[in-house]
Amino acid sequence: MFAVILVALFAKSLAPHDPKMINPAMMLKPPVWVDGGSSLHILGTDNLGRDILSRIIYGSQISLAVGISSVAFAGVIGVFVGLVAGYYGGFIDNILMRLVDSFLAIPTILFALVFLTIFGPSVPTLIVVLGITNWVQYARLVRGEVLSIKEREFVKAARSIGVRDCKIILRHLLPNVISPFIVISTLSVATTIILEASLSFLGLGIQPPTISWGGILSDGRDYVATSWWLATFPGMAITITVLAIIFLGDWLRDVLDPRDNH
Amino acid sequence: MTEALLEIKDLKTYFHTENGVVPSVDGVSFSIKKGETIAVVGESGSGKSVTSLSIMGLVGSPGKIVGGEVLFEGKDLTAISKRDMRKLRGNDIAMIFQEPLTSLNPLFTVGNQISESIKLHQNASKEQAKVKSIEMLRKVGIPRPEKVYSSYPHLLSGGMRQRVMIAMALSCNPKLLIADEPTTALDVTIQAQILQLMRNLIHENDTSILLITHDLGVVAEMVDTVIVMYAGHVVEYTDVYTLFKEPKHPYTKGLLDSTPKIHELKDELQSIEGTVPTPGSITQGCRFQTRCPLASGKCFTEDPELKEIAQNHKVRCWLHEEGEVAI
Amino acid sequence: MGKFLIRRLLQIIPVLFIISFVVFCLVFVAGDPVALMLPEDASPEDIEQLRESLGLNKPFHVQYFTYMLGLVQFDFGESFRYKESALPIVLERLPATLELATASMIVAIVIAIPLGIWSATKKNSPLDFLATGGAVLWKAMPNFWLGIMLIILFSVTLGWFPVSGRGSLSHLVLPALTLGTGIAAEMTRLIRSSMLEILNQDYIRTARSKGIREFFVINKHAFRNALIPVVTITALQTSTVVGGTLITETVFSWPGLGQLLIQAVNTRDMAIVQASVFIIAFMVILMNLLADIVYKILDPRIKYLKGEDICRSIHRLEIKIQQLQVQSRERLISLSVGCDFC
Repeated sequence: MFAVILVALFAKSLAPHDPKMINPAMMLKPPVWVDGGSSLHILGTDNLGRDILSRIIYGSQISLAVGISSVAFAGVIGVFVGLVAGYYGGFIDNILMRLVDSFLAIPTILFALVFLTIFGPSVPTLIVVLGITNWVQYARLVRGEVLSIKEREFVKAARSIGVRDCKIILRHLLPNVISPFIVISTLSVATTIILEASLSFLGLGIQPPTISWGGILSDGRDYVATSWWLATFPGMAITITVLAIIFLGDWLRDVLDPRDNH
Repeated sequence: MTEALLEIKDLKTYFHTENGVVPSVDGVSFSIKKGETIAVVGESGSGKSVTSLSIMGLVGSPGKIVGGEVLFEGKDLTAISKRDMRKLRGNDIAMIFQEPLTSLNPLFTVGNQISESIKLHQNASKEQAKVKSIEMLRKVGIPRPEKVYSSYPHLLSGGMRQRVMIAMALSCNPKLLIADEPTTALDVTIQAQILQLMRNLIHENDTSILLITHDLGVVAEMVDTVIVMYAGHVVEYTDVYTLFKEPKHPYTKGLLDSTPKIHELKDELQSIEGTVPTPGSITQGCRFQTRCPLASGKCFTEDPELKEIAQNHKVRCWLHEEGEVAI
Repeated sequence: MGKFLIRRLLQIIPVLFIISFVVFCLVFVAGDPVALMLPEDASPEDIEQLRESLGLNKPFHVQYFTYMLGLVQFDFGESFRYKESALPIVLERLPATLELATASMIVAIVIAIPLGIWSATKKNSPLDFLATGGAVLWKAMPNFWLGIMLIILFSVTLGWFPVSGRGSLSHLVLPALTLGTGIAAEMTRLIRSSMLEILNQDYIRTARSKGIREFFVINKHAFRNALIPVVTITALQTSTVVGGTLITETVFSWPGLGQLLIQAVNTRDMAIVQASVFIIAFMVILMNLLADIVYKILDPRIKYLKGEDICRSIHRLEIKIQQLQVQSRERLISLSVGCDFC
């Protein structure tokens, strides 16, 4: 995981080539170990002669940035809604949960599609839309946790001595929901990266010339019959990154959640 | 003396955990005669439940029987095939568990669960099994057995469910019934009913019972012979009269002192200080040393053997070794 | 049960209402499609005329009213690309999508049930590691990439299956494998966690103590219990599955709802978009309802409960599902089972 972050941070010095440099002389070169491959381009080149490895390295920046910031965005909304709905219950809870239900009825990707068509694909829109589609799960999780914690003695005690609501929420409830939240949000960065790639693949996510993994894959799709490497390597990059994040999430879960001793 | 129905010799069941090997049952030996009721008494963690599961061959991973023999009618159950063991389970040896609430499968009707073992072990048809199941339900004192037959466990009260468990266990006329704390989870009034029921049914069929309990009241009422277990060891092994009249092991005495008695008015109940040590944590000396009021000298360095100090009375304590520390 | 069903059906209405409102707002904000509908050299008068004839110059609430009026008559307006009413066009594409979704679910079930049970009963065996490892790997792979890889391997290199399109059974193999294995990855883990929990229950020990063969202990006594949360979650995952078909259809040029929708999105054919979104949402809600019903059928404990007890048992299931999902690293899907008592 940290390796991926490092790659993203030091993309400039790691990438062997300028990822946007078009080189008509080196079009569709296979990876180095295949016949006809060039040692200049380890993972080959695309239809415009651009170096795949460099593009993948640069692509990591946007993938991680979008993944992490949209999850943070979703987390803030979700935790807030979950806390409020869980703590106050009753009417507010009902309304908020119906809203959650409605969001769940629309497939995430569908919502994102419609949203992006209307507001136009750009990185901020993408972050917002991925955030909006994600907040629901946090709201659910946090609400569930709050409902069970709310009944515990220390919250009742705090209430009985007249501690104000917002203080109870911040002091007693929030710290208790934070560790499952962190675990889930780590994993959610992983799913978000996949989702972003899917959207970019459909041509609705990150637009060229900004380089994204989904975008490279989408370019590569047209050449599956002749040049398999175009589509293969960016997908591998996504898979490896997501795996790394999942393992990080696992590790966090083991560290943060003493109840779950695996 | 008739031949033993079940004879356990030096049974060792260890749990292989990440933190090392835990000897949950460590060299336990006893035997049950036909028609005899025997109780294994001890606190939680003493290894009494694991002993019963070992007999059934149901010790789950990471536990494993690592030594000893479980002889049932002369056959060593630790050595026979899984298939033969399955044929015994529910048929010759049946078991009742502590929690009637969770011991019945919530998704199947009571009837389904009782007739399952009847069909399995007695080659009965569906109808025969149903008739037999209803008969069993009636036998254990369930009103309107036909109705209960087709209802789901969650609709029954705790006492009713335990009756169902008993009906299920006795449906194939087992030679040995293992009852693991059968009344612990029940109300006091129901407890008495269930015990009475068990007693009646045993006498009818000459079934032997291995009763696992920590309730000395139940012991006094039900059994012939008592085994007191502590931290995986048998510490005292005698008939029920001797146990109550002249307990020898300090642990047994402690247990008896911590049970309220009607004819002895005391202001305060005694209790044994501390808790059962984790099996395997005491490597040297007697396992009761940490809680024994009389521990001294040898108790901390050497583990006593289970010695017969009188006829049918065995104790594992240095205080009762001949020529050793006198009281 | 009947009362419960009616209540659940009634609950669909506000959900559909919110969805329709959100969709309408989005379309309203998107601005009018007139510019796209007319040739580029159209005069401002022509544009204005078209706007007026489409009612696009009216204020928000009037437009919303007209829209809702159409909606209750299942009229989503006319697709300007096909020059036809949108709903029939969408419905025409539905069978292809349902075919793919069903085939994928079958693939998923065939893989996940045996694998999940097996890896739970043989916990920590090499097979278990393989199954759980595979499931994680599958989850980490973008599904569309898996599709492309399958195309490269089986269509381009080996030539076993056609690259794209719909028609014969061989057309269905790769898309169904792509989507199906993706779903199976989640399902396997869920079944495994659920089975592991059930295998620790007292009644499993009881079943064993009766001398029942391990095969039946696992497949009869344990699996049925483990199935309850799994079925519920799976039904609730329809939304994810439908989302998956959207992309899979694009990868394999499968002429279904997804492909239509993506085209409509790209051409800003809003009538089609609205109709598709609505149909998809409706299907998802229907499946959620089905989940509730199946849950009630599978678990006899529910049938006899009333009012608050139903709530409590639903909350318990919900918490359990959350735990399972956290354990098996799944995206959290809520149980939509309505709870009207607490």
